[in-house]
Amino acid sequence: MTLLQVRDLSKSFGGLRAVNDVSFEINKGEILGLIGPNGAGKTTVFNLITGIYRPDTGQVMLASDNLVGLRPNAITKKGIARTFQTLRLFPNMTVWENVMAGRHVRTRAGFWLGVFKFKSEREEEKHIRETSIEYLKLVGLEHLKDELAKSLPYGDQRKLEIARALATEPKLVILDEPAGGLNDQESWELVELMRKVRDMGVTILLIEHDMEVVMNISDRIVVLDNGEKIAEGTPEAIQQDSRVIEAYLGKEEEESSWHF
Amino acid sequence: MKPLWHKLTEMIGRTQKVWYVALLILVLVFPGMTTSYWTDVAFFFGLYILLGLSLNIIVGYAGLFNLGHAAFYAVGAYTTAILNTVLGIPVLYLLPISALAAAFFAYLITKPILHLRGDYLAIVTIGFAEIVRISLINNIGGLTGGPNGLLGISRPELFGMRLYTPTHFYYLVWFLVIMVILAMVRLEDSRLGRAWNYVREDELAAEAMGIDATRTKMLAFVVGSALAGVAGNIYAAKMTMIAPESFGFWESVVIFSIVILGGMGSIPGVVVGAFGMVVWPEIFRGFAEARMLIFGAAMVLMMLFRPQGLWPSPRARRAMESQKKSRPSAKAGTA
Repeated sequence: MTLLQVRDLSKSFGGLRAVNDVSFEINKGEILGLIGPNGAGKTTVFNLITGIYRPDTGQVMLASDNLVGLRPNAITKKGIARTFQTLRLFPNMTVWENVMAGRHVRTRAGFWLGVFKFKSEREEEKHIRETSIEYLKLVGLEHLKDELAKSLPYGDQRKLEIARALATEPKLVILDEPAGGLNDQESWELVELMRKVRDMGVTILLIEHDMEVVMNISDRIVVLDNGEKIAEGTPEAIQQDSRVIEAYLGKEEEESSWHF
Repeated sequence: MKPLWHKLTEMIGRTQKVWYVALLILVLVFPGMTTSYWTDVAFFFGLYILLGLSLNIIVGYAGLFNLGHAAFYAVGAYTTAILNTVLGIPVLYLLPISALAAAFFAYLITKPILHLRGDYLAIVTIGFAEIVRISLINNIGGLTGGPNGLLGISRPELFGMRLYTPTHFYYLVWFLVIMVILAMVRLEDSRLGRAWNYVREDELAAEAMGIDATRTKMLAFVVGSALAGVAGNIYAAKMTMIAPESFGFWESVVIFSIVILGGMGSIPGVVVGAFGMVVWPEIFRGFAEARMLIFGAAMVLMMLFRPQGLWPSPRARRAMESQKKSRPSAKAGTA
């Protein structure tokens, strides 16, 4: 079953066509890898889906809702959560509070309830705190809950971003280079975490440079080059696709990183 | 290590309660211990705590630099003055109405400017406040009385008792101060209070979490301005006459300084800041001519040596400490 459908998406910045007529689908419960050389337009596609940019043409359909023109917060409410390539935690707030941010969109209390602390508000606060802890447990950070987010090691900050995104109860979570800057050990923990998340029923769109991670975990892969989709298929098929090999290997000396 | 630490925080927690009770008793008995002059000073101390707390929501919690807060204060005061002198509505009934008027005004003018950041927002709020002041001077709609302002605002009545002595107003304002502080403490630890912090820390990340940043910032302005409207109502009731000159740029600067001096986002900071801006100058009235000089020098020194404010919020204090600690080790970490 299709969860997210991207149709004929295009976006130009000045004279540069960053994304050109890109279409693909994400099925419910799968991990879709989105790869491509630097500047291929991966992050732009990402920002088009999450509402940071508005596409020039094309549609983004989540189930039967068109997401084009919605603000990022409205898109999160519809069920798409994201992490950032460059970490964007709330640095001076605690680890726990960071995850609580994700609960915001699924809770209700406003000004008056906050001031008067009626029973419904107190119960909701308790619920926010408890569920946030569950997400911290999932990524294994609950023992650090009272630390400031910025004082965490880099790898833990990555995990915290994922926990925070999951706390919005997304149908689809988009991870923008989650393995960036991680060592091997941490990358494998990340792969394990992604499997766990998928088994919880959350669909994953993964943008990643680390080929080992992508090939290992993706059910299907979409390859972008120069803003266009050049291939789509299983990891095995992608590895043999001549256009993909040309896009990657023809130009770059990165053979050494291709261990399949 | 840990148990000792726990004991220490427990002890501080206990002495804190003692301090609160002591302060409460001091507030209650203060007018009986002193002259009506100092009771009046204490009234203004309380009034500026209200104003500081109201701006603290906007500047401290949500991180929006509003240098035109006197405009919302003015809207509250003039709403009270006009409705009382023209329609004869009792002043205390006008307290919530003034709050609503200031909140509605904030809603209208901040709507188009909320996407501005930092110093740009500060400049636009200065501009709006000047527009308000100049409109008041020019007697818009024949209602504001021009440069002379409005006279003859009636005294408030509470349970059949007319409030007119400094002591009456003192208790009125400090009752409100205590209520508002209790509300703020609760608000800080609520869903909306956190949302303000998220938006201040990283607006884009907050939006990605599904927080409507525009609405959240708007709410900071609306709630903060409503409280400034309350302060305006009390001010009008106390003075029985108001004029545009009381709501100039300088007034905005004073309120802003209260928040910065004490420490952004800190409730005790606002109290300390209001003390520094309102009570301190009264104590040193003898040096009236050098006051501004001393004040300026104090501000400069503070920004150099204590930029987090005199009584920073626990959050700001922690952030500052961890920055100091991590500076040498952060380098080692990335190497």
